[in-house]
Amino acid sequence: MPSYEYSYLLICVLMLAAFGFAAAPLVISAAVRPRKPSLIKQNIFECGLDSKGDSWVQFKVQYYVYALIFVIFDLETVFLLPWAVAFNKLGLFAFVEMLVFLIVLVGGLVWAWGKGVLEWK
Amino acid sequence: MAVDDGLKSELQKAGVFITSVEGIYNWGRRSSVWPLQFGLACCAIEMISAACSRFDLARFGAEVFRPSPRQADLMIVAGTVTKKMAPQVVRLYNQMPEPKYVIAMGACSISGGPFKQGYNVLKGIDRYIPVDVHIPGCPPRPEALLNALMFLQRKIDNEHLTGINRVRWYDDTDPADFAVPSFGAHDLEPACNRAVWQPDKIKRGVA
Repeated sequence: MPSYEYSYLLICVLMLAAFGFAAAPLVISAAVRPRKPSLIKQNIFECGLDSKGDSWVQFKVQYYVYALIFVIFDLETVFLLPWAVAFNKLGLFAFVEMLVFLIVLVGGLVWAWGKGVLEWK
Repeated sequence: MAVDDGLKSELQKAGVFITSVEGIYNWGRRSSVWPLQFGLACCAIEMISAACSRFDLARFGAEVFRPSPRQADLMIVAGTVTKKMAPQVVRLYNQMPEPKYVIAMGACSISGGPFKQGYNVLKGIDRYIPVDVHIPGCPPRPEALLNALMFLQRKIDNEHLTGINRVRWYDDTDPADFAVPSFGAHDLEPACNRAVWQPDKIKRGVA
């Protein structure tokens, strides 16, 4: 019967094999690749046009906040539509549930509004 | 020591399979020729057709059309290269890592094709970049593109990593870039890359 250490040895072998499997293609391709660096090849963007500027472009942070706020309306639509279609069959419980859901979402919107997120400067 | 085909065959009968580094290198290369995903004109429709299920470029390991030149091995110049577009094509070619190959697909990319007399059409992409396989046709059918790919694979099979006839990218003196033309007053400048292409000698006089 294999000993306790032996099963760990197997794991070690497996890990070594996994590492080798990942490393071998990298090592081999680094060894046999042609080395032909050039300015055009090292351009920031691999586009047919000349690259302008650098890759550290700053986006206005408001884009992200705006996109996050959009998710509120997005989610609302996704849930409201099936709810409205099946409104007659659902009864009071679903109505209250949806109200709670809307209040939570609107609460988030009001909070963001109070923070001044909706003002585009 | 070189092993000839006869000895290789004898060894195979005994269950011994041998190959050379060059052989396995070329085999790996020819079995995964990834084209750059771009089409210039109507030939691109045939190229798309070649990649789709009816003609199935994947049989040759070349179905992985890469949207970035940094991952591509093969440039299929599919269509008319206008003079406006030529610098971009050459720049994309320069951005592809070696080893790289070019298939000029269709009459336009070979010579300007039906638009040869046009003031704004490049009379063949081989004026600026080295073309490995030319496919005539207007447009060539997908079978022709498949044939060109198989032709290219045969070419790759016969490439050498060492010796006098080795591929140019292992030669350190070989330039990494091909000159990107710029827009001149009347034409692209330079009008052709003399290292790649020489204009035909015009014989004047009686015919």
